[in-house]
Amino acid sequence: MQDFAQEFKSAAALILAGDPELWAIVLLSLKVSLLAVLIAALIGMPLGAALGVGRFPGRRAVVIVLNALMGLPPVVVGLLVYLMLSRSGPLGVLNLLYTPSAMIVAQVVLVTPIVAALTRQTVETLDAEYSEQLRSLGVSRLASVPTLLWDSRLALLTALLAGFGRAIAEVGAVIMVGGNINHVTRVMTTTIALETSKGNLALALALGTILIGIAVTVTGAVSLLGLNDDRGALKHA
Amino acid sequence: MIGNVMRAGMFALALGGLGIGAAQAADDPYIVVQSTTSTQNSGLLDAILPEFKARTGIEVRVVAVGTGQAIKNAKNGDGDVLLVHAKPAEEKFVAEGWGVQRFDVMYNDFILVGPETDPAGVGGGADIVAALAAVAQAQAPFVSRGDDSGTHKAELRHWKAAGIDVSAASGEWYRETGSGMGATLNAAAGMGAYALTDRATWISFGNKDGMKVLVEGDPRLFNQYGVILVNPEKHAHVKAKEGQAFIDWLTGPEGQAAIAGFKLEGQQLFFPNAK
Repeated sequence: MQDFAQEFKSAAALILAGDPELWAIVLLSLKVSLLAVLIAALIGMPLGAALGVGRFPGRRAVVIVLNALMGLPPVVVGLLVYLMLSRSGPLGVLNLLYTPSAMIVAQVVLVTPIVAALTRQTVETLDAEYSEQLRSLGVSRLASVPTLLWDSRLALLTALLAGFGRAIAEVGAVIMVGGNINHVTRVMTTTIALETSKGNLALALALGTILIGIAVTVTGAVSLLGLNDDRGALKHA
Repeated sequence: MIGNVMRAGMFALALGGLGIGAAQAADDPYIVVQSTTSTQNSGLLDAILPEFKARTGIEVRVVAVGTGQAIKNAKNGDGDVLLVHAKPAEEKFVAEGWGVQRFDVMYNDFILVGPETDPAGVGGGADIVAALAAVAQAQAPFVSRGDDSGTHKAELRHWKAAGIDVSAASGEWYRETGSGMGATLNAAAGMGAYALTDRATWISFGNKDGMKVLVEGDPRLFNQYGVILVNPEKHAHVKAKEGQAFIDWLTGPEGQAAIAGFKLEGQQLFFPNAK
């Protein structure tokens, strides 16, 4: 084993000294994963909420499938997105393969089921609690969705963080559709994979530690936001 | 409530700010080169591509995968130029019309590496076929790429020459990682196994723990790299002009000098031999 402490020191020094290469990689990771989570939220939350309050035949089956999709293997998603975006694929004309947009698409596919399934769970529980009240006020099931979403915003924040965690840590899909191209699609996880394959294990581990640090920082920042919200919610109650 | 809305707004703004620049700057001309892990992991491409960019303004985006996958990706039209090392497969690629023409670029050589303890006793030899036969005889662990890469294809040729059916030993002493050269060397280091590798990846590899070069210098271990423009007749979007400019540079005096000038730990890794 190589000297991890030393490699970590030099990796941390690169970050602190604002090494442009490393920072560009960190920023691209954040950019891709945060945008993917944002898009997944816009799709997954309404979808999950509708599923939570809606009553229709086959609903149970849809819920089971959605829950199962939370475990989509990233490499399969990468392969599917590659086949779609390849110049020989149906969406090849968009010329998106090997761009950050392709990586965002792959991560959206991975994250949306997580956001939707957790939203469904939360909204359904809340709906069971409040439906009588809401119905007595003459609010229809569909019209109650915004209220239910707003009231479960803390749980939804956790759903988004779960999605973000999945996105930022994922390597199998982004390396396939992004191509790990230097200065274009190289993110933290693909850099770690590359350094590992170069046998630079200590450097790879040091970069991994930084990745964990970033994940903790983002999660912490969002949690603080959530705590502030919590006080507001208590005043309402 | 107003506070909440403001916070949400600021959060959205922050996200939007991150989003700017996620779109690619499409103005700069660029080409996508499907290449192999050895050219990237060794640092060769990182070293020479800036010279090409400075000369022509064309950015080269390298996707580094195994030769087999690189060829498949190029067939799908997901690259403008192919830079790999499996001459028979490259010639087939051109013969089938996927590529325009194949040019020699450079060579290095394959080497057999393994544990310093050398349980098969092959160290110091220069006959790769005899060495592999000895490894099989000793049933010493051997780690194969197993990924249809150029190195994998070369390795299989030598097993065949030695008259050994490795598929029969698969999962026993013969272990296929199905991964890149570096990952395979990591596995070999981890289990004290033998492996066939290109010299460039080996020299630049950082985790040589207890391993060393055991067999080298066999003419059969010659490893030729070739470059091919993906055929615009098959894929109209191929950037033929820029791609050809890259091929001309790589096989011309400047590119060849850049390849020869790339050294790691004082050793030259690739030897230009364009005609």
